[in-house]
Amino acid sequence: MIEMDWIWGLIGGLTIGCGGAVYLLGNGRIMGASGIIGGLVDGSGRHEWVDRVAFLAALIIAPALVVYASGSVAQTNLTSNIFMVVVAGFLVGLGTRIGNGCTSGHGVCGISRLSPRGIVATLVYIAAGALVVVVLRAILGGL
Amino acid sequence: MRHLLSLVSGALFGIGLYLSGMTNTDKVQGFLDFFGNWDPTLAFVMGGAILPMAAAWALTHGRKPLIGGNFPERPETKFDRKLVVGAILFGMGWGLVGLCPGPALASLGFGGIGGLVFLAAMLAGMLVAPKARQMLDRA
Repeated sequence: MIEMDWIWGLIGGLTIGCGGAVYLLGNGRIMGASGIIGGLVDGSGRHEWVDRVAFLAALIIAPALVVYASGSVAQTNLTSNIFMVVVAGFLVGLGTRIGNGCTSGHGVCGISRLSPRGIVATLVYIAAGALVVVVLRAILGGL
Repeated sequence: MRHLLSLVSGALFGIGLYLSGMTNTDKVQGFLDFFGNWDPTLAFVMGGAILPMAAAWALTHGRKPLIGGNFPERPETKFDRKLVVGAILFGMGWGLVGLCPGPALASLGFGGIGGLVFLAAMLAGMLVAPKARQMLDRA
């Protein structure tokens, strides 16, 4: 029995992959969220900033439009502990730029071309994330 | 043309993240909770995304990108400290609240103030990352 959530996961995943395919076959570039925004932040991708801004604007606006048009209530269920949010955000920004990629770049784009670096990075960040979740569960007794 | 392709790509990416449930931090942390009530949805998302991407990589052979130029070179096989340290730090932040860069941006329109705080902190981390990379190179 396959659950509905998994089917939506698959549909959403295929859509994400099509986005990556357009970026690769069209623009000849790897669709990595942290790289596209990070290049704007540290200036390393300044020469192609219009391109990056267009991608990021669509990434922010399109899902918001879908949510509002469908009248659904989207829940991010983000923790209300603002200290945790700040620490997590900082680690995500720092780590993805030190390691040169996140779930989209290393995960989707890297694994799909059997990049050894992408595969190793993905295994490492999933292991680190799982460890943190185990510790959180132990401390808080839940999430 | 090039900017239009970026728009289309970003829109597909964002809508896919929302449809898949990856803008819901409970689903992400549920996937990372291997020893608890494990939620495999993220594995379906990853698998679903890898299929069209693998086809796209196969199509790059002997061709050029639509807008010209060249496709990315063959993947590097060099492993360094930065790759592993970066992935560990990223994974820790990801597990802590269940957001990574893509979903953090895709949920900005409906993620409330918490989503904005996460984004601000993420940008700060990205800003200091080049310094941290230099330190790791020297260490």
